[in-house]
Amino acid sequence: MNVTDIIEGCYQLMEGDFTNAGVASSELKSILTKLGVPLDIVRRTAIAAFEAEMNVIIHGVAGTMHYAISETEVRITFTDMGPGIENIELAMKEGYSTAPDWVREMGWGAGMGLPNIKKNTDEMKIDSAVGEGTTLEITIKLRKDAPC
Amino acid sequence: MEISKIVELLNGQLVVHGSNKTVEIETVCSTDLMSDVLRFATKGTLLVTALNQAQVIRTAEIADIPAVIMVMGKAIEKELTELAEKKDITLISTNLPTFTTCGILYAEGLIGCLEGQ
Repeated sequence: MNVTDIIEGCYQLMEGDFTNAGVASSELKSILTKLGVPLDIVRRTAIAAFEAEMNVIIHGVAGTMHYAISETEVRITFTDMGPGIENIELAMKEGYSTAPDWVREMGWGAGMGLPNIKKNTDEMKIDSAVGEGTTLEITIKLRKDAPC
Repeated sequence: MEISKIVELLNGQLVVHGSNKTVEIETVCSTDLMSDVLRFATKGTLLVTALNQAQVIRTAEIADIPAVIMVMGKAIEKELTELAEKKDITLISTNLPTFTTCGILYAEGLIGCLEGQ
């Protein structure tokens, strides 16, 4: 892997748009694979990005996914205009979900999203305000010896 | 186990055959919850599900799952088939229910993906 400049990209995400759900994470996975990032790191990044992308599509009204790939890390920021998270500590618990039934019928809303993101990333920051929206920033180190 | 053997055992139909004809399946993950796939399924595992949504193919792609079995003869929409072709995911349909599908595969030597770790 040889990234001398930062590679950036941005996608728009819309609540309820299940047709395009996963496209952004899929493209990011493809870019990281082509850059020669170790496949286990690519998989972890793709899983975390996909869960976060689904969160915006399920809850977020409208938002964006922005990624920046440097030599040492990939940083992905999700910003949405959604309802915001009332209790982040509770949302981090496995099995806790506020997703409606129609989302569950599509195979999502099991309350595993944020815990899955945490498990697959090296850093995770959530900033949320009820009625305003949520910003989630995740970082995955691309080398085992990379500084935090 | 080869894909053709799995299709034969389940009296199934090969809806989409991925380009990797020599893929060998050793483990299975069975769930209808996509986050459980992302949380527990290991790379290279076979996914058994009753969920006939395109999201299944997206999830398989993200989690490095080469093949998916749709059970109970669930209708497979064109959108789902096209996405599987595009993402090179093998898609098998069977009329058998989840329990029977997993039972047959287990009896033939496949194991759960968590046991395979």
